[in-house]
Amino acid sequence: MFDFSVFTSWLDAALLSVMPGWLTILVECVLVALGIITLYAIFAMVMIYVERKFCAFVQCRLGPDRVGPWGTIQVVCDVLKMLTKEIVSLRKTDRFLHALAPFLVVTASMTTFACLPWNKGAQILDFNVGVFFFLAIGSIGVVGILLAGWSANNKYSLIGAMRAGAQIISYELSIGMVMLTMICLTGTMSFSEICQNQAEGGWYIFRGHFVALAAFIVYLIAGNAECNRGPFDLPESESELTAGYHTEYSGMDFGFYYLAEYLNLFICAGMASTIFLGGWAPFVIPGLDGFNEVMAIIPGFVWFLVKVFFVLFLLLWERWTFPRLRIDQILTLEWKYLIPISMLLLVLMALCVSLGLTF
Amino acid sequence: MNFAFFVTALLTGLGFVGLVTVLAMLLAPRSYNAQKEEPYECGIPTKGRSWMQFRVGYYLFAILFLMFDVETMFLFPWAVVMNTLGSAALLSVLFFLFILVLGLAYAWKKGALEWQ
Repeated sequence: MFDFSVFTSWLDAALLSVMPGWLTILVECVLVALGIITLYAIFAMVMIYVERKFCAFVQCRLGPDRVGPWGTIQVVCDVLKMLTKEIVSLRKTDRFLHALAPFLVVTASMTTFACLPWNKGAQILDFNVGVFFFLAIGSIGVVGILLAGWSANNKYSLIGAMRAGAQIISYELSIGMVMLTMICLTGTMSFSEICQNQAEGGWYIFRGHFVALAAFIVYLIAGNAECNRGPFDLPESESELTAGYHTEYSGMDFGFYYLAEYLNLFICAGMASTIFLGGWAPFVIPGLDGFNEVMAIIPGFVWFLVKVFFVLFLLLWERWTFPRLRIDQILTLEWKYLIPISMLLLVLMALCVSLGLTF
Repeated sequence: MNFAFFVTALLTGLGFVGLVTVLAMLLAPRSYNAQKEEPYECGIPTKGRSWMQFRVGYYLFAILFLMFDVETMFLFPWAVVMNTLGSAALLSVLFFLFILVLGLAYAWKKGALEWQ
């Protein structure tokens, strides 16, 4: 398995040999910033294309197919179009909050995006409290959504934002508890150590009995709700609220919400594949050494992306299969089913780990 | 080093939005129209204020969320070291969770989880 930290430490040493320490840190920070923006933009485009094509195939349509081969340039054109649209500022809005909201939403999703472990040693933010940090930063996005709805001075926006707030904070509990369940098994909160453990001892979804599998399913449901996507997309619900909390945003301001929504889906899938499916760890069957060696040749970031797109496929499948729920059904599902289930899973996992029943 | 990168990630987010907004302002055309700055509400003039009170149900769920979220925050440090702490710590955490389930059961019984 290729260790990316060989490259980063070589770069660090090379920079240190030609410039003072503070300048090295500055240059590395600029490189990191460029890396984040590049990956963020690339994956936003890939995600939007995948989503539109998938949606089209589910509905027996063709989807974008005019611009470029198989419609691949469509997303680029959309971005350019959005950039050249006028940003309309309305008369009676709270201008400051209206302008502030996209900053919060995009910053939250970009910082959580930086937590993803792409490869061994290729992780931008690797704290020892990684999972906790991820949850904490991720919840800043809700503030942006609430501000967007409130500041627009529009009743649709307000209703959409309130629904989004209630839904996101509710489902965050399930996500938090499912992650807690898995941390009982991992014994660490750092993403790099979680991946390393799985590379050595197998993926946690296999090691944690049926409890980990059930936790994975709860995560998939809560993850879709967390990203405001169908069947939980009633903060936006085009047919009732026009567009929910971003009704009054135009041009690129709307584009930021679009971007953050798709990237949040990617991040959600990335977390699922890190915690349950091993991140960059290859698929290994104990005993089959030849097979394992072939698997270990495939680089880590390929494994990571394959897993992420597998989880994305599950999330999209879920989205386009079920009809939209009502707000009371959403909250009932969370508070009366998912929270008791995830608490039960936490207790079961704690018992499994302390009785040594895990693999 | 990690904290420098953390600040970088935050600044990248802020800078990205700022730069792209400025770019959009430079690229985009501008025009004035008396109707354009009205809020969009199905094309009819807005009735009354939009910054109004909203239903208390959302508030109730936010309070419940606070309770459970603080509880998860307390459980994270335990979960990391639970394997080495042994059965006494497990029992106390089970008791802690039991109190929490009682809270949820009380809210459920009182009808706080219903959406009227």
